[in-house]
Amino acid sequence: MTDKKTKYQEVAYYPGCALEGSGHAYNRSTKALGKKLGLKLKEVDNWNCCGAMEVKNIDPKIQTYLSSRVMSIAANQMGMDTVMAPCNGCYHNLKRAEYDLSNDEDSVAVTERLSSKSGHEAYKAGQVETIHALDWIKDAIGEEELAERVKNSLKGMRIANYYGCMYTRPRHIFPEKDQGPDSESTSKPHFMDDLLAAAGAENVEFPLKTACCGGAHTLSDSDTSTRLVLNIIRAAEAAGAEVIATECPTCHGGLELHQIRAESVLGIKTNIKVIYFTQLLGMALGLKPKQVGLHENVSDSFGFVKEKGLA
Amino acid sequence: MPIHEKSLIRPENLHVQEEKEVDGVDVSGHWSTFIETRVVNDYNEALEDEIGALPGGDYIHRCWQCGSCTNACTVHALNPDFNPRYWIYLIRMGMESELLRDKDIIWQCVSCHKCTHVCPRDVVPEGVMKATAHWLELKGHTPKSPSTVFDDIFSEQVIKTGKIEDGRVIMQFFKRTGQKFPPPWMVDMVKSLLRNLPIGLLTKMGMATLVAPKTSGWSKSRDAIEEYVAELEGRNREALGLDELVKAAENEIGPGSGPQEART
Repeated sequence: MTDKKTKYQEVAYYPGCALEGSGHAYNRSTKALGKKLGLKLKEVDNWNCCGAMEVKNIDPKIQTYLSSRVMSIAANQMGMDTVMAPCNGCYHNLKRAEYDLSNDEDSVAVTERLSSKSGHEAYKAGQVETIHALDWIKDAIGEEELAERVKNSLKGMRIANYYGCMYTRPRHIFPEKDQGPDSESTSKPHFMDDLLAAAGAENVEFPLKTACCGGAHTLSDSDTSTRLVLNIIRAAEAAGAEVIATECPTCHGGLELHQIRAESVLGIKTNIKVIYFTQLLGMALGLKPKQVGLHENVSDSFGFVKEKGLA
Repeated sequence: MPIHEKSLIRPENLHVQEEKEVDGVDVSGHWSTFIETRVVNDYNEALEDEIGALPGGDYIHRCWQCGSCTNACTVHALNPDFNPRYWIYLIRMGMESELLRDKDIIWQCVSCHKCTHVCPRDVVPEGVMKATAHWLELKGHTPKSPSTVFDDIFSEQVIKTGKIEDGRVIMQFFKRTGQKFPPPWMVDMVKSLLRNLPIGLLTKMGMATLVAPKTSGWSKSRDAIEEYVAELEGRNREALGLDELVKAAENEIGPGSGPQEART
C-alpha cells in the first residue's frame, strides 16, 4: 500500500453548508460511496462555514480564519492529519488558507488573533492535508480496485466531466497538482475521468471541463450565469454526452437551475442529465438510486439510469 | 499607443464636415476628419493607493500590462467592455473619469480565478476587481451592486451563526433587492424537484429555512470577527478619506444631508 492509500482510509470529513442544504444529494452519495468502499469518514466536530465565495469580498483574511478553524479542530481536537472536502468551494478555501498561512504574515497574525479571541488553538500551516473527494477515491481505492468492485458497469454511458473553477484555480494554491503523470492537472484535470472510466463509462472529449458556470452570481447576475451554463451544456451535448458528471454542489446546482431557467426564460430546452460523480460511482457499485440521493437532484434522471440498467 | 488613447477615437470625439473646401480643395466627408483635442487634467493621483488599500487590491502595483487577465477572462468573452487589464491601467494612471465610464459593469466579475491563474506577476486581478467595485460603492459612484448585497447577506449569516442555509440566503436576497419572490423560473425548478422528493425530506428542508443551522459555541468567534470587521471598515473609510468627504459636503450644503451618510 502506498502512503496515501493508508493515510486516506480514514479522513476527517468536512461537508460544508451546501451539502446540508441544496447539495444534500452529494452528501448522501459521498457517505454511501465511502461506506460501500470500506473507507471511514469522521465528520469535523462542530464545523463552521468556510466563507464560500462571499466572505472573501469583505476581506480575504476573515475567510482564511474561517477555513483555519475547521482545520484546527480536525488537527488539534480530533488528531486527524487529512481533511476531505467534497465541495469545490470548501476545498478551495481550505487550500487557500493553507497557502496564505504558509506565505503571508498578515494572514497568520489575523488568524492567531481571531483564534485566540475565539478560545481555540490557532491552526498552523502543515498540520493537515486538505484533499478533495476525487483525491480520496482515487488514492484510497484507485482505478484497478474500483474496476474490480463494479457490479453495474456504466458501459455505454457517454459522460462529459465538469470540474469547474475552484478545483484547479489558481494553480499556486495547489502545489501537489501538475507534478507529473500521476498527479492531477490544472489545465486538463482527469481524476474524475479516470474513476468513471474505471467504472465503465465512456468519457467524451469535453473542452469546457474547467469553464465557469457563473456560480458566484447565480442570483445576482442570473442572465450571465444562464449564458455561461448554456455554453457548458451545449458544448457537452455537441461532444455527444448524455450526462454531465459534477464534483461540486455549486456547479451542480448552477447547471440544474440554469438549465431550467434557460427553458423558462429563453425558451431553450436542453436534455442533458446532471449527476454527481459519487452518485454514478455508487450506482456502478450496486447502490440503489435513492441510496445515492438521485431523488434529491433537480435534474430528473430516474428514467435515464433505469434505461442504462443501473436501477 | 498607450491603450487609453483608444478613447480619443470614440465616435463622439471624431468630427467630420460633410461639405468643406480648404484653399479650393474639396475635403468633404472623411477627408476633413479631425479628432477633438483632449487635455487630461482630472488625474486622481490617489486612485491606485485608495484601491490598493481595500481588501483584494493589495497587489495592483505589480501589474506589467501583459493582458493575460483580459485574455483569460470569462466575462470579457461575453462582454468585450469588461476589461480588467484596461481598468488596472486606468487606476494606476489615475484616470478616474475614464474608469467611471465602466462603473456599472465592474462588479460583474464571476470570481472564476482564470486571471489569477495566468497572471505572471501575482497581481490577483480578481481581488482588484472586487476592491474596485467596493471603491465605486464606498465613494458613492454606484449603489451597492446585487453581488455586494448577496455578499453582505451571506457574510452576516456566517458571522452571526457560523453557518449558512441556502434557502434563507436566497429569500433574504430577493427581499433586500426588492425583487418578487419566487421568480417564475424558480417555481419551475422547485416543481421539478418535488417530483421525486419524499415528504419527510421536504419537511426537513422546510424546517431548515425556519430554524437556522448553527455552529455551537460560536459567540466568541462572532464577537471577534465583528470587532475585526468594525476595525476594517474604519481602515477602509480612512484610506478613502470618506470622513473628510462627508465633512466637506456638509460644509457646502449644510449638516445632515451629506450624500455619503446613507451609503456607509
